[in-house]
Amino acid sequence: MRVVVVGAGVIGAACALRLAQAGAEVVLVDRSGIAAETSSRCEGNVLVSDKSAATSVRAEAELAIVANAMWRELAAELDAERGDGPATEYEAKGGIVVAFPGGADALLRFAEGQRAIGIRAEPLDRAALAALEPDLSPAVELGVHYPDDAQVQPSLATQSMAAAALRRGATVVRAEVTGARMRGDRIVGVDTTTGPIDADAVVVCAGPWSGEVAGRLGTHVDIRPRRGTILVTTPMRQRIHHKVYDADYVGAVGSGDAALQTSTVVESTPAGTVLIGSSRERVGFDETGTLPALAEIAAKATRLFPFLADVQLLRTYAGFRPFAPDHLPVIGPDARVEGLFHASGHEGAGIGLAPATAALIVHHVLGTDAPFDPAPFLHSRPGLQVAA
Amino acid sequence: MSPAFEFDGREVEARDGQTIAGALIASGRASWRTAAGAERGVFCGIGICQDCIVTVNGAAGVRACLRTACEGDVVTPEER
Amino acid sequence: MSDRHVIVLGAGPAGLAAASGALAEGARVTLLDDGDRLGGQYWRHHERLTDPRLQHGWAAFLALRDALAAACESGRATVLQRAAVWRIDGEARRVHALVGTADAPGRRRVEIAGDAIVLATGAHDRALPLPGWTLPGVITAGAAQALAKRDGVVVGRRTLVAGAGPFLLPVAQSLAIAGGEVAAVLEASRMPALAAGWLARPWELLGAAGKAGELAEYAASLARHRTPYRTGHGVVRILGDRRVEGAVIARLDAQWRPMAGTEREVACDAVALGHGFMPRIDAALQVGCAVTDAAPGAPRFVVVDAMQRTSVDGVLAAGEITGIGGADAALAEGDLAGRTAAGAAEASLRRAVRRRDATDAFARRLEDAHGMRDGWRTWLEDDTLVCRCESVDAGTIARAAGSASRAMRLATRAGLGACQGRTCGAAVEALCGERLGLDRRPLLAPMRLSELADARDAPGDLPSHV
Repeated sequence: MRVVVVGAGVIGAACALRLAQAGAEVVLVDRSGIAAETSSRCEGNVLVSDKSAATSVRAEAELAIVANAMWRELAAELDAERGDGPATEYEAKGGIVVAFPGGADALLRFAEGQRAIGIRAEPLDRAALAALEPDLSPAVELGVHYPDDAQVQPSLATQSMAAAALRRGATVVRAEVTGARMRGDRIVGVDTTTGPIDADAVVVCAGPWSGEVAGRLGTHVDIRPRRGTILVTTPMRQRIHHKVYDADYVGAVGSGDAALQTSTVVESTPAGTVLIGSSRERVGFDETGTLPALAEIAAKATRLFPFLADVQLLRTYAGFRPFAPDHLPVIGPDARVEGLFHASGHEGAGIGLAPATAALIVHHVLGTDAPFDPAPFLHSRPGLQVAA
Repeated sequence: MSPAFEFDGREVEARDGQTIAGALIASGRASWRTAAGAERGVFCGIGICQDCIVTVNGAAGVRACLRTACEGDVVTPEER
Repeated sequence: MSDRHVIVLGAGPAGLAAASGALAEGARVTLLDDGDRLGGQYWRHHERLTDPRLQHGWAAFLALRDALAAACESGRATVLQRAAVWRIDGEARRVHALVGTADAPGRRRVEIAGDAIVLATGAHDRALPLPGWTLPGVITAGAAQALAKRDGVVVGRRTLVAGAGPFLLPVAQSLAIAGGEVAAVLEASRMPALAAGWLARPWELLGAAGKAGELAEYAASLARHRTPYRTGHGVVRILGDRRVEGAVIARLDAQWRPMAGTEREVACDAVALGHGFMPRIDAALQVGCAVTDAAPGAPRFVVVDAMQRTSVDGVLAAGEITGIGGADAALAEGDLAGRTAAGAAEASLRRAVRRRDATDAFARRLEDAHGMRDGWRTWLEDDTLVCRCESVDAGTIARAAGSASRAMRLATRAGLGACQGRTCGAAVEALCGERLGLDRRPLLAPMRLSELADARDAPGDLPSHV
């Protein structure tokens, strides 16, 4: 069976690998190469810490738990067979979410909700926090440690998956998809800038451009870009040992319903730089990259680690998170076009959710058993239906 | 007037108006920093290359080729 | 009389001329420069330390500087020195800068909005990598001159000057005046190319004021110190353990490849390298100006029309960022840019346009004569560092260059260190055969996190002269 995977970011690469492993003939198509866009402009987060157990998004949290465990094995697999190829730089460094006075209760409730669905979340008092992160602001009141939070080098990890797919017979085509080849209601191939490619199935993993690609293929998916910015400091000796998040929470309506609003994240890299980003910007920061937004990220970072105030920034870079209106990824068959599948809308969690997404796509495309309930992510779900 | 500053614990005399890099060079040093273990000093001399970085009075990331030496400055090698 | 506010970035010849031109047309001017003193690189100086023999066109500088000071006194101009511009909002014509001692904490945040911006951000030396070039004692040609002019020092007792371009000559002169010995001046271009560039269309030289006299001055300086000037030669290896102890030079063919059997050792304890200049187009790119197309690794310049306007409305450019042409071209372009920015009618600017055309013609000849040839890549060995900041060698870059992915090439970290690719970017891109976007810099200058955090607050008041 030949499957065309549109988009060679982390989602496309993961799908290509798992499909190829399951025996499909995979053609990975991208107009800019492998890991050319969002997957090389993010931090490489493999997180459970920022996943809320709130009902409306619990499915994503559960997906993240599965994906987090899958990453451990996937990274070992990829690194074992890479030869001279890129390493994933997988590191189970763990994450710490901290609260300043006034926010401790909300954080504890949030963590409680997470523990109830199986996320390991261990509260830390000031002394415990100081032991794990000596340079953390003494004003922090409370922290929660998520030992399962991990990190990969996202661009290299994507490369590594693509290389592994190629070793199993997949091919890469550098071209832009321009349209669909149809037989009735069924897609039987894609037209591209370098010619047509026949296919038994087409999977759209085009990140923020998934909506555009879907349109060219005769269907519709409401995926839009939301910009995220990362600040990069000058290299220095390591003073930050985990991913550290400053959690800002909306007031909790019910005990399980606190949703993560915005969160500044700070972490070190092997190169010695410190990355400062902003995660889960569902509300506010609509225009990350504008000066007030950048300044806010900088201020929050120095609030977490006062020593950062004097550290020099060298550059910023931005990536686009693809998001769906109900903030859940879209994984599964297109509601209209037979043979067309979606795997997009991961909104800042693409790296982390990639292996679980790939597993679901193999189920949908090749008919293998579903590894977990695919219903919340379907293209046909109510939360995605938008008046056309 | 000859401002004297301290570099890495030793006194260095500068001519009035000299940059820290100029004064260090005049005192016979060609390098005051390392990159991956190799010694570095001035390279571009105009603030572009960041090879000449020192810490001045506790503030890191100072380009020695641009910074005028002042009496009593405490200059230390970059911490890496 | 214009009621326009013109912002000028850079206080070298182009920027000072732009400020002057804008003021002459009645505009208000705010000039920002990151140096301690006006003058840029060309007129880099210190009141007490600079030997006057090191300066050229000094009277012109003093005239520009003094006129600007007078304009400040009368409230028509504001000069911000030690101003590091870190962001420009092209649409709003708003410039964000931090004012204060370079790299010091506690700088003051300023925001300046105007009707037009003239970019005159100049250029910096290009030094091609070669084995041993990271040894202490190896500096750029510009550094040799800056240290001589600004600090009155030379790095070594005996300096080998090598590279390409007429800039090597004043550098050798500066070293000699500052008390250093110059082992030799090695020009990579060979005689036929030089003759074609310099001697063809000699009537154009008439437009380049004083060039013949200047050349004669350099020739005399070399002769006086019995310094050999060799064309078609280059440094192929620099020797030493912890600092420069010598260098190996060789004859170069027309493509700058070393010719086998011509290597010989030269005694020196410093090497000044200069292979032309790279225009500093960061600010222009951030604002969205169109730049010329060029092969990866080759300099790109800001595209301007006959009146020095860029492709962005209200943004003009002058000087080295529009083409490497030296001080005369910079002065003419700056003057025209300033006047245009102030809103002067095109018809009234014909003389300024003619002057600019004359100086630009000469400038184009330099590139023809001294332009880079690809053979420099053969100077590199696998372990020759290409990215100085992150210590990435040529072998690592070559391996990444073969990868199918741009992301892989960025994974070497070449160009991502403290200088953000300003030093190695051209070489890395040339070796990868592809533009990597290293010259797109959202932050135009390094800044501390606290300084960025402060951008949430309103900026401070602007003084008239700092």
